[in-house]
Amino acid sequence: MTVAAAPRTAAGTSRRGSGRGPWLFLAPFGLFYLAFLLWPTIWMFIASFFHTSTVRAGLGSFAGLDNYTEMFSRSDFWSSLWHTLQFTLYTVPPLVILAFVLAVLTNRLRSGQWFFRLAFFLPFILPSATISLIWVFIFTPGTGLWASVQDLLGPTPAAGMLTDPRTAMIGIAIATVWWTIGFNFVLYLAGLQDIPRELYEAAAVDGASPGQQILRITLPLLNRTTTLVILLQIIASLKIFDQVFLMTAGGPGISTRVSLQLITDTAFTDNRIGAASAASVLLFFIIVAIAVIRQVAESMASRRAGEV
Amino acid sequence: MRDRPISRPTLTRRGALGAGALAASSALAGCSSPLAAGLLGSELSPGTLVYWNLFGGGDGGRMKSMEDVYRQEQGDPSSLQATTFAWGNPYYSKVTLATVGNQPPDVAIAHLTRAKPLWDGGLLEAITEEDLAGVGLSSADFNAKAWQAQVTDGKNVAIPLDTHPFVMFFNRAVLEPAGLLEPDGRITDLSGIDTFEAALAEISAVTGGIALAVANVSENATPWRFFWSLYNQYDGAAPFLADGGTSITVDEEIFSDIMHRVETWVENGWLNRTLDYAGSQTEMFVGNAGLYLQGEWEISTAQSIEGLDFGMAPIPTLFDRPATQGDSHTFILPRKDRSPEDRARAMGFIASLLKQSMTWAEGGHVPTYLPTFESAEYTALLPQADYASAADNTYYDDPAWYGGSGSTFENTVGPQLGLVQQGTQSPEDALAHIRAQLDVYLSTPSPL
Repeated sequence: MTVAAAPRTAAGTSRRGSGRGPWLFLAPFGLFYLAFLLWPTIWMFIASFFHTSTVRAGLGSFAGLDNYTEMFSRSDFWSSLWHTLQFTLYTVPPLVILAFVLAVLTNRLRSGQWFFRLAFFLPFILPSATISLIWVFIFTPGTGLWASVQDLLGPTPAAGMLTDPRTAMIGIAIATVWWTIGFNFVLYLAGLQDIPRELYEAAAVDGASPGQQILRITLPLLNRTTTLVILLQIIASLKIFDQVFLMTAGGPGISTRVSLQLITDTAFTDNRIGAASAASVLLFFIIVAIAVIRQVAESMASRRAGEV
Repeated sequence: MRDRPISRPTLTRRGALGAGALAASSALAGCSSPLAAGLLGSELSPGTLVYWNLFGGGDGGRMKSMEDVYRQEQGDPSSLQATTFAWGNPYYSKVTLATVGNQPPDVAIAHLTRAKPLWDGGLLEAITEEDLAGVGLSSADFNAKAWQAQVTDGKNVAIPLDTHPFVMFFNRAVLEPAGLLEPDGRITDLSGIDTFEAALAEISAVTGGIALAVANVSENATPWRFFWSLYNQYDGAAPFLADGGTSITVDEEIFSDIMHRVETWVENGWLNRTLDYAGSQTEMFVGNAGLYLQGEWEISTAQSIEGLDFGMAPIPTLFDRPATQGDSHTFILPRKDRSPEDRARAMGFIASLLKQSMTWAEGGHVPTYLPTFESAEYTALLPQADYASAADNTYYDDPAWYGGSGSTFENTVGPQLGLVQQGTQSPEDALAHIRAQLDVYLSTPSPL
């Protein structure tokens, strides 16, 4: 690099001039980033301390911590947080483990790999509205595909998954796993194909069984992929909104209403941007806290591994 | 220094690009395609009236044919751009955000009880007598109850198209053997709580099951409509919410009386314990129940059932005075910059639809436009005319920023009342839960 750049440095000013260049190239994106991400975030923090209304200009009257105390005292705020967590608990383990298993199986194929790569990844390219329609159709009470299978298995009238408060979230989780597993699958498959074949050959020569190979070679070498997948998955799950809104609209009752829906309802149905901002700020801190805890746990684990 | 010669051609290139973009955009504006209008935020076409509504099912079909009549009157298929959105809270969010964003429709439909909070939010334009007179209307042309109900702060905030009361459907095949039919096929007078309960017992004896079907599962509005209808039949029943929704003033004695009666009816096997919206009508359609309570709009569904001989009547007066829960579909003018011509065109559209009230009435809604309501044609329209009097005894939901049809209020109170009917909670617990869940709304200053 330095060698190539040497003849140009003769004109000393060009270096200082190039300091502006990158910023110019960044500016179009930077402006959007500032206008549609950074500024709204700052505005959210400010508005959370005011009785801000959706239909009135300006911030409205000062509320102090009223919006926060309101959220802390609302049982539906806590239940929506629980539903978000519930969704995360239902989807993260299958999305990580299943994706890994499918990737290992696909990677073992000598021919026709492309078909499985395509088959597992295909649902991921569909928009959430489409997968919601598909699964609402499958879960139709009485006549849906799921209900037909239920009919074969049990004597109770088959109600699908989405009508009962106890199973509705499981239904949404099933649809989500089917939809997004392809992404993790591809990450794992890429990771697997980075592992040199010689390692397995050497292990096989030493008499390691396929199970031992997965446990001792594949898993440790995919550690970084697993870390990435889990982090992305947790964050994506905490941001859950589309599927829930489209499949159950938070129902039955409010049994599947997640945090983002509570925030949307507060902001755009009740027209209370201030209160909705307070809820957003709380959710923001929860997501940051979870990310930090996971990061700390990760670095502690790797330090321990380093000591050994 | 070396930047200079480089930057100049860049600038001119940019200039050329900019000029090109401008030229392209003006070309786009020239052909006034929907794409250009969307990109540039200009009006779709100066003569097109944009109209939003929330009508699905039979109502949606009828509204479409009324819109077509307007287009024919104008002699221009592009004179109207009508859009139908999903019912409920999301619709009002769209109207609100579009108005705040200065891109509202010229005319929109709103429930009367939802138009009031929109007005409080400064999102509506008041309608004056001059506006009405300009298209040959006056406030005297409308049902007085609905007209008075829309007046807010002394201003006309909405023009009511109809009243849609909660009414009673009955299956003649069941009521005949129970001896509850008049010779002309109308239901006998069931006024008075004792008469009504005796009738429930007789119908139960005929069906061998329930007498009355009222939806209460996965359904928020119906339990509320049922309660609010009976509650207001008591003389001097206090409003449920007072002072714009900052306090609960419901009469606890009447509340407990009605909800205990509901419990008793369920225990006696007269009223269903668990039925969802569609299930409750099916029970009446197939003759498992003699009576079914719901808004009159279910007339279209009932008429589509082959071999069903049904009639309709106002909710019987069980207590002191006739009363039923209801609301009105109204036309509103969202706040926007309008020229006098725009305003006249919007009013002309409203007048055109009002004059087609007869088409609308076929869907069950009681027209508020008196020239239609009083016409011989409407009086002869059965079973619509049999329950038309309910419009005069309609009680709207109490005004509150979180109230009205399909609102947070109904979604909070309805399920609790439904659970009483289901037998899973006492009336006292229901009221306690209602108070607890509404507390946050009572104590929150209105964002409007």
